[in-house]
Amino acid sequence: MQQSKSSPDIIKKKRRTSTAGSGKISKKAETSTYPIVQLQNVKRIYTLGENKIYALNGVSFAIKKGDFVTIMGSSGSGKSTLLNMIGCLDLPTSGKVKVNNVDLSKLDDDGLTEIRRNNIGFIFQQFNLIPTLTALENVEIPMIFNGESPVRRRKKALAMLKKADLPLEYADHKPNEMSGGQQQRVAIARALANNPPILLADEPTGNLDTRTGHNIMELLKELNAAGTTVIVVTHDPKLEEYAHTTIRIQDGEII
Amino acid sequence: MKFTKKLSAMISNNMYAELAKRNLKRQSVRTVLAAIGIIIGVIAISSMGILGNSLKLSVTDSFADIGDKLIVSPAPGEDYITDKQVDQIRKVSNIESIIPVSASGEVIEYKEGGTTYQSYVSVYDIKKEDLEKLVELEDGRFFKPGSTDCVVGYSVAENMELTLGQKIEIDDTKLRVVGILKERGMGFDISTDSGVFTSSEMYHKLYPDEDEGYNQVIVIVKDLNEIDAVSDEIDERINKKDELVTVFATNMITESLDSVFSSISLFLMGIGSISLLVAGVSILNVMLMSTMERTKEIGIMKAVGASRKDILKMFLLEALFLGIIASTAGAILTIGGSYLIMELLVKNASYLFTFSSMLYVAEGFFFGIATSLVGGMYPAWKASRMKPLDALRYE
Repeated sequence: MQQSKSSPDIIKKKRRTSTAGSGKISKKAETSTYPIVQLQNVKRIYTLGENKIYALNGVSFAIKKGDFVTIMGSSGSGKSTLLNMIGCLDLPTSGKVKVNNVDLSKLDDDGLTEIRRNNIGFIFQQFNLIPTLTALENVEIPMIFNGESPVRRRKKALAMLKKADLPLEYADHKPNEMSGGQQQRVAIARALANNPPILLADEPTGNLDTRTGHNIMELLKELNAAGTTVIVVTHDPKLEEYAHTTIRIQDGEII
Repeated sequence: MKFTKKLSAMISNNMYAELAKRNLKRQSVRTVLAAIGIIIGVIAISSMGILGNSLKLSVTDSFADIGDKLIVSPAPGEDYITDKQVDQIRKVSNIESIIPVSASGEVIEYKEGGTTYQSYVSVYDIKKEDLEKLVELEDGRFFKPGSTDCVVGYSVAENMELTLGQKIEIDDTKLRVVGILKERGMGFDISTDSGVFTSSEMYHKLYPDEDEGYNQVIVIVKDLNEIDAVSDEIDERINKKDELVTVFATNMITESLDSVFSSISLFLMGIGSISLLVAGVSILNVMLMSTMERTKEIGIMKAVGASRKDILKMFLLEALFLGIIASTAGAILTIGGSYLIMELLVKNASYLFTFSSMLYVAEGFFFGIATSLVGGMYPAWKASRMKPLDALRYE
């Protein structure tokens, strides 16, 4: 984690992060020293009638490649908005968000899709698997959009499920035939499908029991150890122990 | 069977197609209802087209002599075509044959036991060699020159139950039936089916006053493309000063019939297309509902890397599949239903299996697919334009 010049004291650094990365990233990015995620004075303002709601109010920070970051805050603090900005799902009202040194404000819809597809893997609290598809097919989905051949994506999807520790007999199961923990493993495998350098997890243990939640966090830790930058949004202070760095947010501002 | 397996494998390998297939299956009742709309539309368009086409074919079939003939008849106010005029026609180039025809309407009788059959016929004086160019024998032979032989048309023989060798009476003159003609249908030149053909000598014996000329002259042209030129030349030669003859080209009928029946077919298909329009609206409705229901799914897809084009492709594929399946069912039902109706009602389904009828089935098929695609276009566009975050938050 790097502190930006504009916010020198807002990030609590726990320990130094590894710099190795095995994710999909351009050659230039591999050799560069720039942070993989960078926010500069980011504001996100929602207008409700005459009221302006500052979901994010001048947030600045940078995340180094290979870091494991938790973004912590209470409900409505703006942590999910922050995650959506990094995940190219939302754009700031003002300020700059850079992912892999690309300024998102300069990209159109297709450009944002491409960044999302190649650089980011999402893990949701509700798992968000496609109910009509099997575990294997759910993992294949991002690879389809990436133009992988059927044979290659099937092979890769199986490897990802294995990596996410899902017993392979569940590969043909549909989401409603699996437990919450198993579904989250499928979601993690799907997030890893295109080998993204960044994993974004929004309350990944929120719908899981303590033991399964711990297992999922251990898995994220392993992935991070292998070089993937992991950013977890949570309100659960227990998850802090897995992270190298914690960002605390309150009322749209980093504290 | 092999093709179906191959197609199925192809769909399975293409995840877009597989997704579209599964989404259609997911709401099977709704999909079936939307498909029924398309099926009805395809049946309506195709069957209306086939109906119009069958009408056209049946009418054109009943005109046996449409084609390479010109009919030269006396102009209004004139009684006959004279020998001099026939000679003038002979001078026109590109003519295959000239057949002068004399005819009189007559009631003929045939007595069998105590029963007398009567029928109104046209008695013709056409040379044997000319007659051979116009008709075909079903049974027997043509008349001999100077004899009391006669050849009767198909309807005359059937109505009066005539067989070869029997004698018919015209004004107390008996003629022996030596030939029965094949059925030819309606004609613009001569009414073969209700005609009696005899030798020139016998004709003039029956009608001694009719030696001033002919009722009409049939002109057969060498080349159908020259028919208008021949018609103009005859007109120029004979009608120099006064309008003495009228020249009628039978191919004009084909053009008129084509135009009339094309209008009828278009009108009928227009009626049919209303149901396809309704089907299109129903698909629009079904797919809009599907888009709404799958908003979150669209959000997930976008979050994991689907572009607008990918989402558009997925939804359009659904519409395309729905259109193909429903239109195929509609086309099969149209052919099957039309065959049954034609076989049961008119006992002849030959008009169905013609290229022009099948063209209407193909038209219905493609209109069905197009309607489905057009109906699915807006929902697909709407789905593709969804903002991923809004879609993900949708409950």
